[in-house]
Amino acid sequence: MSEKIPVDLRYTRSHEWVRQLPNGQAEVGITDHAQEALGDLVFVEVPPLDRRLSAGETCAVVESVKAASDVYSPVTGRVIARNEELVQKPELANSEPYGAGWLFRVELDGGALGGPFLTASEYEQFLQEAA
Amino acid sequence: MGLKTPLYDTHVAAGAKIIDFGGWEMPLSYGSQLEEHHAVRTRAGIFDVSHMGIVDLEGARVTELLRYLLANDVGRLKTPGQALYSCMLLPTGGVIDDLIAYFMRASWFRLVVNAARRRTDLAWIAEHAPRFGVRVRERADLAMLAVQGPEARAKTASLLPAAERTGALEIPRFTAADTHSWLLARTGYTGEDGFEIMLPAEAAATTWRELVALGVRPAGLGARDTLRLEAGMNLYGNDMDEAHHPLESALGWTVAFEPEGRDFIGRSALLEVRARGCGDVLVGLLLEERGVLRAHQPVSAAPAGAASSRRGEVTSGTFSPTLNRSIALARVPADFGPGVLVDIRGRPHAARIVKPPFVRNGRAMIEI
Repeated sequence: MSEKIPVDLRYTRSHEWVRQLPNGQAEVGITDHAQEALGDLVFVEVPPLDRRLSAGETCAVVESVKAASDVYSPVTGRVIARNEELVQKPELANSEPYGAGWLFRVELDGGALGGPFLTASEYEQFLQEAA
Repeated sequence: MGLKTPLYDTHVAAGAKIIDFGGWEMPLSYGSQLEEHHAVRTRAGIFDVSHMGIVDLEGARVTELLRYLLANDVGRLKTPGQALYSCMLLPTGGVIDDLIAYFMRASWFRLVVNAARRRTDLAWIAEHAPRFGVRVRERADLAMLAVQGPEARAKTASLLPAAERTGALEIPRFTAADTHSWLLARTGYTGEDGFEIMLPAEAAATTWRELVALGVRPAGLGARDTLRLEAGMNLYGNDMDEAHHPLESALGWTVAFEPEGRDFIGRSALLEVRARGCGDVLVGLLLEERGVLRAHQPVSAAPAGAASSRRGEVTSGTFSPTLNRSIALARVPADFGPGVLVDIRGRPHAARIVKPPFVRNGRAMIEI
């Protein structure tokens, strides 16, 4: 089963992705590998607006019938948007993990993405080694 | 490296996600366990349940043996083919396993036991069977398919020779019949109508394929669990075990205390429990908020600060695809309810005690 790993995103070892947006913002979600491992998602909890996040801090929960999984914020900043559609339809993170299934958006501290992150090929390699 | 049923290769070829289940390599789902669940509730799904133990007990005194070994009374079964759901108990009253016993003939009963308890069950039965002159034969030569849903019986019967089709469709609920080379039982673990087919292992893959070709949807263990919990059916190991007796596991209805003259293993222990009063009960829970109830979550009386400081515990929890809410079975002090609080990851969540089943024949049985 091939896994999609878009090259324009950055990745963490805990299976989150980050998309850099204009104006010092970033969007965060879980990878295709993560949604595949969890199975059908039935519940998603995302951080409230204006919540301050530090990189590495648990900030969200994605829950399937099988298990609940913590999501760690890859970035430091302030939550400026939550995916309310996802909260109503958790299955979006299964069907479109890099698109409509995004979790939240952040205004980055100092406009900096931070890191270090894995590139797409580094994440792919990480998955192969972990398998 | 686990045990494999005759259908293992079929599952892999169908893209199943394989997991370990009690030492068996079984399909969790074939892509979407939610879709598999809905297929069973609205049309028909098929489960490979060949990992379960099929045990034939033969001998002139087999009824006597089972009336001693089982908490429910096989003496109630009058018509060949009739089935009985029962617990098999320890002398303490704790549950060794739950099983279905099929009365085939006066000198032949067939038991179907849980995969994870197979070894334990067989050892226990083997201890007692010789005393009654009963021969115990584990049928490792048989596979078992569960076809469940409103379309299940019609589709299954359509595979039979024309002469046997009508008879198959006339099998009453909770009864089995020798049909073709199958033992066809109108039983199941989903809360839907359907059949469980016990058939020669070498015929399993072909029969599976034929049913799938008719539109019956392959369904895995994930869907099996959400279906059975919606139907309010216990899962051994979660909802009861050797440390818990039937009366605190919502299984009092499966214990036949009458006739008084029937001694069975665990009877005296249960009579004592009944006399002093059973402190805990197994109830259904409906989570009032968003989230998922799971086994081992603590349950406390609501509102917070209420009299009972005792805690209960969720025994089985899941998300109900049919109700679109989380449901559970939980063992709680008998005075809890109707509102309770469940600790989910450190925070209290409101839940309501309801009487299972949550869903039967595709419809909600409780008020959402």
